[in-house]
Amino acid sequence: MQALYAQLLVGLINGSFYALLSLGLAVIFGMLNIINFAHGALYMMGAFCAYFLLNIAGIGYWPALIVAPIVVGIFGMILERTMLKWLSGLDHLYGLLLTFGLALIIQGVFQNYFGSSGLPYAIPDELKGGMNLGFMFLPIYRGWVVIFSLIVCLLTWYLIERTRLGANLRAATENPTLVRAFGINVPRMITLTYGLGVGLAALAGVLSAPINQVRPLMGADLIIVVFAVVVIGGMGSIMGSIITGFALGVIEGLTKYFYPEASNTVVFVLMVLVLLVKPSGLTGRTT
Amino acid sequence: MVDLKTASAATTNSMSASGAPVLSVKNLEAWYGESHILHGINFDVNAGEVVTLLGRNGAGKTTTLKSVMGIIGKRTGAIRFDGQDIIRASSDKIARLGIAFCPEERGIFASLDVRENLLLPPVVRPGGLSLDQIFELFPNLKERLNSQGTKLSGGEQQMLAIGRILRTGARFLMLDEPTEGLAPVIIQQIGHTIARLKKEGFTILLVEQNFRFAATVADRYYIVEHGKIIDGFANAELQANMDKLHTYLGV
Repeated sequence: MQALYAQLLVGLINGSFYALLSLGLAVIFGMLNIINFAHGALYMMGAFCAYFLLNIAGIGYWPALIVAPIVVGIFGMILERTMLKWLSGLDHLYGLLLTFGLALIIQGVFQNYFGSSGLPYAIPDELKGGMNLGFMFLPIYRGWVVIFSLIVCLLTWYLIERTRLGANLRAATENPTLVRAFGINVPRMITLTYGLGVGLAALAGVLSAPINQVRPLMGADLIIVVFAVVVIGGMGSIMGSIITGFALGVIEGLTKYFYPEASNTVVFVLMVLVLLVKPSGLTGRTT
Repeated sequence: MVDLKTASAATTNSMSASGAPVLSVKNLEAWYGESHILHGINFDVNAGEVVTLLGRNGAGKTTTLKSVMGIIGKRTGAIRFDGQDIIRASSDKIARLGIAFCPEERGIFASLDVRENLLLPPVVRPGGLSLDQIFELFPNLKERLNSQGTKLSGGEQQMLAIGRILRTGARFLMLDEPTEGLAPVIIQQIGHTIARLKKEGFTILLVEQNFRFAATVADRYYIVEHGKIIDGFANAELQANMDKLHTYLGV
């Protein structure tokens, strides 16, 4: 039983990263109509940013949770303003190719300087150690990642679905021309939205640094699964991408316990099944 | 009934004092991609007037409104609003000068509820209607505040589309076929609303195919054909121009 719970926890942690990343992808896709293949590279940059903050400036984990998403988010906004902006109105394929190219360049630069092996990032003192829950041993840092990610996801959902700002965003997703004709600066909103999605990816990167080490290719490995998650959940829905993210992490964890051989493919098998039955994804909006 | 006085009193209309037209369009040409739609549109709208653009389908009426609003990709000529040249301005800037647009397809957002739809257009200047004043004009909206925007009936959606731009404080409204596809009783309600807004000093540029409806609210008419203004007359000259009008509109 211990092993089952341990796999469930691993699943929940992976699910946290899936949720944070697919949430950002969904927000970006809704507003920019771009499938952001650079998402994994930006996630990696979040982790590296935390690493640099600690090792160069002596700034620790807690400030990094805020600073890294802002720094990487600003980098994302510069990408949007200088490159992605020109793709509006074009086929998805252009955005996909451009962001894929950006991902390769960013990862290449980091690999050039840091190789492919991982750099260590210590768990902050406050979150070291673990608790015995009776039925299992819970490393505190891992519990923190799951709960914090869930809170961030729900706050993002609230921002988009329940606030005035979110209403502007949803409206601009539907009909940017009209929203702009009401006097709202839609291009600025698009830039900020991309920054938000990128910031979420960077935040996931910081959270993952103490668990997975800091590696130039950490995002490249993860992003393939995240895209499968997005396909399963459907691009249109914020809550859908959160729930699907966590659920698929758990399913992966369970598979690791019951049938380890399939644990690396289960997400893709599910993706194929969902595509066969409901091509718009489980929560995808058709309108 | 609604006291819109408070709303209009708050904005002393700087445009009406000068005597110059609020909106002046000269030699306006516009393109949708490769196709040349407007071939030199000329007209004026004075403060406090209701001016109607009449014409057949595809004549260029909607394109004219969209060009003023700045949402047509390529446009040349001169559009002056409130003394400023806006031909090159972006649509968000134009909106902030005090022009509000109610599109033909109404533009109600499916992912927003009625309240969110109402609150979406930002207030661009003081003196707009309050939500209560809008509900007094369109009581139906109050009961449907939490419904999804596109779940409303066609008439209610039109009320929402007009209501939400009254909040913004813009005093120049462009309404694109507000009566299209609506039941007579709703058309009447919208007619009353337009008459009321006019009385309160709003300036309205209306596009209509429903000539009978336009005749109940308009001060002046322009006839649009093949992307040009080919004629124009005041409401008082309507009877004298009836025959011409029938020829233009093919009714």
